[in-house]
Amino acid sequence: MRYAILLMGSPYSDQASHSALRFARALLARGHRLEAVFFYHDGVYNAARLSAPPQDEPHLADGWVALHEEQGVALQVCIAAALRRGLMDEREAARHGKAGHSVEAPFELTGVGQLVDLSQRCDRLVTFGP
Amino acid sequence: MSDEHEPLAGDLLVILRHAPHGSSWLREGLDVALVAAAFGTEVSLLFMGEGVTALVEDQTAGALGQKGTAPTLEMLEMYDIETLWVEAEALSRFGLDADELMLAPRALEAGAIAEAVRKHPRVLTF
Repeated sequence: MRYAILLMGSPYSDQASHSALRFARALLARGHRLEAVFFYHDGVYNAARLSAPPQDEPHLADGWVALHEEQGVALQVCIAAALRRGLMDEREAARHGKAGHSVEAPFELTGVGQLVDLSQRCDRLVTFGP
Repeated sequence: MSDEHEPLAGDLLVILRHAPHGSSWLREGLDVALVAAAFGTEVSLLFMGEGVTALVEDQTAGALGQKGTAPTLEMLEMYDIETLWVEAEALSRFGLDADELMLAPRALEAGAIAEAVRKHPRVLTF
């Protein structure tokens, strides 16, 4: 089946991100396809380029990137939810006159329309939230 | 629980369970409903738990200086979102009556809510 994940929990604050990543791994291991992870609400913090968890804890951002590199999973971040929370790529940083950027590829800033599109073309959209 | 004139079906059911001013959940949930409707999806909205307080009349931006959600709710009709439900049990818990809420929502008992969830192929909860 074709899956998509909607992730709305903040990394390390809630279980949601850990569970979503493990669910993603489990469904790929069972031969399903994961089209995309859509990061919304506090889930957008998963895309923070500068996250630096202790070495003996799972690195969630690296986990998402690995999913993209190994399986081509799209990592879509809601731009409206991200900008409010200080998460932006180089282009948005330039547009808003900010000195640095906090999101980089393979995470992509996109709109809620992408979430609606995923819900229409995937067999299952599974939500993980706090 | 359902009546024949108003089936509890639709394309996408958006369930809103948070009060308007304490968090961004309600606003971000409504944003998804509006975008889905703009994409041509037939959206049903169900206010549950504290979410029913979103429909209390005469709300303003409030002390936090955020926009509030009442103006967004008033735009629902423009987006062709006309199916509005509230959880009957939550109304009685908060001492509210469906008649005194904005946008004239229909109150659903627990059995009808279960039916509505079952009859929508897609459900998003905020």
